[in-house]
Order: sequence, then C-alpha cells, then structure tokens
Amino acid sequence: MSRQSSVGSEDVIRINVLIDCDYKTAHCRLIDDWRTMSTLNIIPTAVEPSENYLNIEHTVKSWLLTKDHKRIAVLYLISITFFFIIGGTMATLIRLELLTPQGDLMTPETYNKVFTMHGVFMIFFFLIPSIPATLGNFLVPLMIGARDLAFPRINLLSWYLYIIGGSLALGAAIWGGLDTGWTFYTPFSSAYSQTNVVVALLGIFVAGFSSILTGLNFLVTIHKMRAPGLTWFKLPLFIWSHYATSVIMLLGTPVVAITLSLVILERTLNLGIFNPEAGGDPVLFQHLFWFYSHPAVYIMILPGMGVVSEIIACFSRKAIFGYSMVAAASLAIAFLGFLVWGHHMFITSQSVFAGLIFSFLSFLVAIPSAVKVFNWTATLWKGSVSLETPMLYAFGFIGLFTIGGLTGLFLASMATDIHLTDTYFIVAHFHYVMVGGMVLAYLAGVHFWWPKITGRMYPEWLGKFAAFAVFIGFNLTFFPQFLLGYLGMPRRYHAYPVEFQVLNVLSTAGASVLAIGFALPLFYLLWSLKYGKIAGPNPYGATGLEWQTSSPPTIFNFDTPPDTSDQPYPYHKREVPLEH
Amino acid sequence: MNQGFTIFLDQASEIAPKIDLLYYFLTGITAFFTILIFGVLFVAAYRFRRRDNKIPAATNTSALLELIWSVIPLGICFVIFFWSAYLYIDIYKAPKDPLDIHVVGKQWMWKLQHPQGNREINELHVPTGRVVQLTISSQDVIHSFFVPAFRIKQDAVPGRYTRTSFTPTKPGVYHLFCNEYCGTWHSSMIGKVVVMEPDKYEAWLAGTMPGEAPAASGQKLFQSLGCITCHGVQGPSMAGLYMSRRKYQSNGLGAEHEVIADDDYLRESILRSTEKVIVGYRPIMPSFREQISEDQVQQLIAYIKSLQHPDQPIKPPGNVIEQSGR
Repeated sequence: MSRQSSVGSEDVIRINVLIDCDYKTAHCRLIDDWRTMSTLNIIPTAVEPSENYLNIEHTVKSWLLTKDHKRIAVLYLISITFFFIIGGTMATLIRLELLTPQGDLMTPETYNKVFTMHGVFMIFFFLIPSIPATLGNFLVPLMIGARDLAFPRINLLSWYLYIIGGSLALGAAIWGGLDTGWTFYTPFSSAYSQTNVVVALLGIFVAGFSSILTGLNFLVTIHKMRAPGLTWFKLPLFIWSHYATSVIMLLGTPVVAITLSLVILERTLNLGIFNPEAGGDPVLFQHLFWFYSHPAVYIMILPGMGVVSEIIACFSRKAIFGYSMVAAASLAIAFLGFLVWGHHMFITSQSVFAGLIFSFLSFLVAIPSAVKVFNWTATLWKGSVSLETPMLYAFGFIGLFTIGGLTGLFLASMATDIHLTDTYFIVAHFHYVMVGGMVLAYLAGVHFWWPKITGRMYPEWLGKFAAFAVFIGFNLTFFPQFLLGYLGMPRRYHAYPVEFQVLNVLSTAGASVLAIGFALPLFYLLWSLKYGKIAGPNPYGATGLEWQTSSPPTIFNFDTPPDTSDQPYPYHKREVPLEH
Repeated sequence: MNQGFTIFLDQASEIAPKIDLLYYFLTGITAFFTILIFGVLFVAAYRFRRRDNKIPAATNTSALLELIWSVIPLGICFVIFFWSAYLYIDIYKAPKDPLDIHVVGKQWMWKLQHPQGNREINELHVPTGRVVQLTISSQDVIHSFFVPAFRIKQDAVPGRYTRTSFTPTKPGVYHLFCNEYCGTWHSSMIGKVVVMEPDKYEAWLAGTMPGEAPAASGQKLFQSLGCITCHGVQGPSMAGLYMSRRKYQSNGLGAEHEVIADDDYLRESILRSTEKVIVGYRPIMPSFREQISEDQVQQLIAYIKSLQHPDQPIKPPGNVIEQSGR
C-alpha cells in the first residue's frame, strides 16, 4: 500500500491515541485531536489515508476478535463468497446433469443432495446475509455518521454464529448429506429422509440467530446513533431498506427457528407434530415455514433495492424520484410480506376461501414493488447518466427484477399457479428475483463501494465486461426455464422426458456464460487490492455521508463530524465528475 | 407428446384453454411492462447520457405521476385477481355426477382405482366428455398429482384427502408427473394419462380385470375387521352418516364441537378412533392405525358412503370451501 509520507507525524500521534484509549473514551479523545488531524481530511483525491481500518493491525487475532463493523463486514464478505462458491459449484453440477434427459451424471441420491445443498447454501448462507451482513454492516454506521453499530460485540457474535451454523451445515453436507430440498417439507424431512437432517437443521437454526442479532443491531443503530441533524427523512434509501429488512429478520426468523427445531424434535424424539402417522399435520409445517420464508424473500430483495437507489441517484446525478414513496414502499413490502405465505400452498389442500385471500394480498405486494421500479426509471429522466459498472448492474437489476416481479403475477393468480407451481416456471421466477435481483444488486453494491471498502478502484473495462456476461448468461440460463415450466417440467427432477432437452441445453449453455461472469469479479477485485487505482475519499462525487470520510475509512469512521445539513441526494449541488 | 422443441402444450381438458387464455394475458402484461421499462432505461441512458459536466436540475417529484403508476398496476391486478378467482372456483367446485377415481401416492408410484374396481398403476384411462373427480391421498410423504395437458395439479397429503376434478376433451396420451419432491426416485414417479373416446373407454374397462368395486371391498372389510359387531346392531349406525352434521367430543370428554362427517372425518375416526367421538358414545372403539392400508381405508369409506338412510338422502358434498379440504 502506498502511504502519504508528509503526514507521518500526525500518524504517530493518532496511533498513540488509539492504542492508549479504551473503546468508550477513544471517541472523545479523537474529538480533541480533530484540529490536528484535520489536515488528513483535505487529502487530494487519489491518495490513501496512511492509516485505516485495514492496515492499523495485521495480526490474525486483530481480525478474529475485531469489534469494528467494517472488519466484520470484510469477514462476512469472505465467508459468504466461500458459500457462494460452494452453492455455485452445486449449481454447475445440476446444470451438467440436466444437459441430457437421462439421469446419467449422478445417481438420484447424489442429485437430490446436490440441489438441496445448492438451495441451503445459497439461501441461508449467501442470499440472506449477502447485502445486509456485508454492505449493510459496512455502510449503516457510515451512512448515518456513527462510529460503529450499537452493539459491536454482538455484531462479532453474529459472525461467529454464522460461521458455526455454516460449518454445521457444511459438515452435514459432507457427512451423510442432506436430501430434503431447502424447504424441508414434512413428513419427508421429519420421518423419511435417511440423510443428516438434524445437523443441517441445527446449522440453519444457529445461523438464524446471526440474522436476528444483525437485525436487532441495525434497528437500534438506526434509531439511536444517527449523527446530530440527520433526521429520518434525510436518511439514504439504503438505510430505509435495511430498516425494513431488519424488522423482518427480527420478527420472522424466530418463527423459522421454532419450526426447524420442531422438525428436529420430531426426528429425534418421535413427537407427533408434523407426521400424520404420529398424529401430526404435515401442512402445519408449510404454514410455519412459509410464514418466515416468504418474508425472507424480502430479506433477500429489499437490501438490493436500497443499493440500487443509491447507485441510480449517483450515476444519474439526481435525487431519487419520490424519495418518501420509495422509503414507504420498503416498509409496505416488509409489512405485506407477512400476510402472503399461503400463496405457496394453493394446491396443498388449503381451502378455496383461504386461497382467495392469500392471492388477493399477494397482488397488493406488486404495487409498492411497481412504484419502486417506476420511480427509479423516472429518476434517470433529465439526469446526467453515466453507465459505469455499478450502474450497468443496477440497470440489470431493474430489468430482471421487473421480469421476476411480473412473473410473480402468474403465481399469485391461483388458476395459473395450479399449473405452474413447483415446475421450472417457479425456479425461473425466483432466480429472476434472487439472482437477477439480489445477486446483481449485490455485485452493483460491491463494485460501487469497493473503493470505500478497500481504497482501490476495480478495473472499469473488466467490470463492464463481467456485467454484460452476467446479464446475458443469466437470461440465457433462466429464460428457457419459464418455457420448461409452462410445458410442465417439474422442479427437482433428476431425469426428464426427452422433449424438454432443447430448452435444458440452452439453459446449461447460458449457465456457462453466467459462471464466467461470476468468476471474473472474484479475480479482478482481488487483483485490484494491489494494483487498482487509488480511489480517494469520493471517486464518484457521491453525496452519502460515507463519502465524506477517507477510503478506506479510519477505525472510528469520521475524523470530523459529517455534514448532515443537506436533504438526501443533493446532487444538484455537486459537481458532475467526467471521470472518476 | 411432442418430440423435440416446442413452446406449446396440449390443451386436453375443458379448463386448459381457459387457463391458457389467462396465461397469455399475463404474458402480454409481462411483455408490455418489460419492454416499457427496458425501453425507458435505454432511451434515458442514451438521451441523457453524460456529455459534459452540466449539473442536472433537482428532481421534481410528481405525486400525480406516482398516483398514476400505483393505480394502473392496482387496476390490472384486480382484473387478474377476479379472472383467476373465477377459474379457481370453477376447478374446485363440486362436480355433478363425476367419475370417481381414487388415487394413492406412495414412494414412488401412483395407484389408481376406478369406481368399477379396476386398478391401475402409473396409468390412468379416462373417457372424454365426462368430469373426473380425483380423491387423492398418500401413504407416506407428500406427493403431487400433475397432468400438464389438463392444467391441473393437486398435492397428495398423508393423513387427509384432497380433491380435484377435470373434464378430458382430447383423446391422446399425456404425461403424469409427481410434482412434489418425495425422495430418491421422485423423477421416476411418472406415468401417463390415456384419454379415450367414451366407447373405447368402455371397451377398455371391459377388457381389463374388472376387480371389485371399492364399496363392495369395503363391505367385506366391514365384516372381516369386525366393524359390523358394533356398528351393525347396537352401536352407532353408519346409515346416513356420510356428509351429515354431527356433534363430537374429543376422547368422549369436554366441549362439544360440530363436524361434517366427510371423508377426512371418517378416515380419522377409523385410524384414530378416540379423537372425535360422537356425543352420546364412549371412546371404546379400537384404533385401526397401522392395521389397514390406505386403499382399505378408502374402501371402507366408499362402503359407508353407499349406506344411505332411505329417509335421509346424501347431501351434496358441501359448499366449495368445505369441498376442497380443510
């Protein structure tokens, strides 16, 4: 890392301050030092601060026992990437098996374990923590001008719980495997599966607490730790969407934790809860499971919407059209999300009356989602639009989320849902929302805040190339699956009738392009850590508070109190950068 | 069945073209909004591309525009909802004079029985032009009975009965899939549905082993299992029980609840006899759980169904809501 030699003396002062202080008083002492330190903040662009959260200590212990939200975010970034690679490898195996109609690459037992692991790792250990635990952890305090989350130790605990949960699930996958599907439907999971269900469920149970604690931490932080003057309606939309997400994490996750522990109890003690042979009700499981897992879909999409709001504003140099509607839409989605779980069960002996109500409520979710999409699009109008990598991903998000959302109408509508549910149509629909939506938003966010996290720019041309590869590969992979679903190909099939082959081959071909698109950022982002252009505090001329501090930020985030006087996204007061 | 590539699917039941019409409408809506959004993104990205460092004017939020693009999607959603609800109720409303087929799913096969007693495995023969009602149960885990060409699908849930119905219109051979993941050989739990002209169906029925009608088997079971000892003379009579309203107590104690003696109630009373004891009787009936198979339960119910009190005709199978289960 290059250092700025001219401020060496101040460096020494500050290091002493930090080393001498305990956590609680450090902030006060730093305030005393602001005047001497302030020279550091008038750093011309393209210079890294000599001392930041990354290089202040280098020992393994300093990472594993850190209470700094930024370091914990980096720990999460590394761990969720690990699980994404595992989940992605499983996806590759699935697509290879489905290249031919016969089940010829793996045995059915193996195939069932592979798609289960793909779902479990991608949902519970990648998608749910993806944006909140990495970008959220990193940015929530920065965006509200706080020096950390409200409970830094609990934040570290969250990461450890996530790692313990992930290790248990991984252990279950390696020893004995798991073949229940990520949905764990009873009585198959509780009485029939011969695989390592209990350990896997324990893993998800433990990881659930990580999610609950993160949600709690965010809620308290957003309520109590906003910088002076930063009122609710000055908050970035990223914060609003994380607020809504945290509410779901806090209220929904306990329900799935209880549900999964009931499955564990039924499996180990033979209690009759879900297994009808023991007097239980298998459909009860679905009610409880989807009561969490449908809102969980919004855990997986709301933070992405927050990311996209920031990026659209920045690269069109305009405040988000209808800020308060977009903020309110996040809360509306979080609220309505708790009322629609029954739309997963239209054909599961649910009464017609219940079906009608759940269907109606599901349609209502479409409205706040539509408002968001229209408002983002309207933001571009008369802006100064620059299509850099994060913006390309954000465009991809809007387009693919639109398709994912609209195909949701087919499934909210009962008559078409009967035909399409549990076919590849569903698989395509939720991949459009989860991958086309959340993963693209995640990549958008990782690129956008990469300079803030690491102090270095990603390589722009490679970034754009990868974004196009992801977009094209994604559509080629998943669009044919809509057609397969309409034609009646059920999901979780290891072998399929021969007339479905052409579309499956297309899908597998697309997956190989998608894999290239996902692999590239992994390499060039690592490369950029050493060779990337030095970013400076605000390479995009963006307006959020996080851009008012150095890149990477110092351990207490702000050396001077951030300026909170402006309304959100005051781009009309900022210079337009022609290049960053 | 089409070999090779197609994006169209046979419409082989009365409901299929109606569902497809809604499907095409939804596809149209999806295409329209997708093109609209992509179009605006592209136009905006080109027309307002960054050419100089001129600062754009502050965003002017228009509440009117926001209202318009909230109300229009809401209106479209209402149209889809009512259209879809109409078809959904149509699928689940109790059919008149149906051909009753009993379906049992088990790992990993479908067992089907015709009202005349003919049994089939992984194959179902049905005539055109007559409404077929499936009464579906499962012997182990949840399965799902799915015939894409009919656009119908219904889960087979262990411990309860589910129902769905369809009217085949086009002779042919169609896929039958298990559509709910059920374990190792899930993707082999497939079969075919053969739709035949009514006369050919009759010929087929006559040409296969007729077997015994479920009600007749049920009657034999009623004797051999000893049900008749109590339910014949002094115990509660079965005549006129089916679909009647009764009061019960759990384990013969405590609060009284009302129940309609439908298939699910009868099944529960056979397998877990003390759960819902009709008021006035003691919980002395033995439970037949793990002693009789899913098929035999269905036969007993078929027999009980056939016992109508002369003065009390069987009521129509409830309203739509009760009909589809709990």
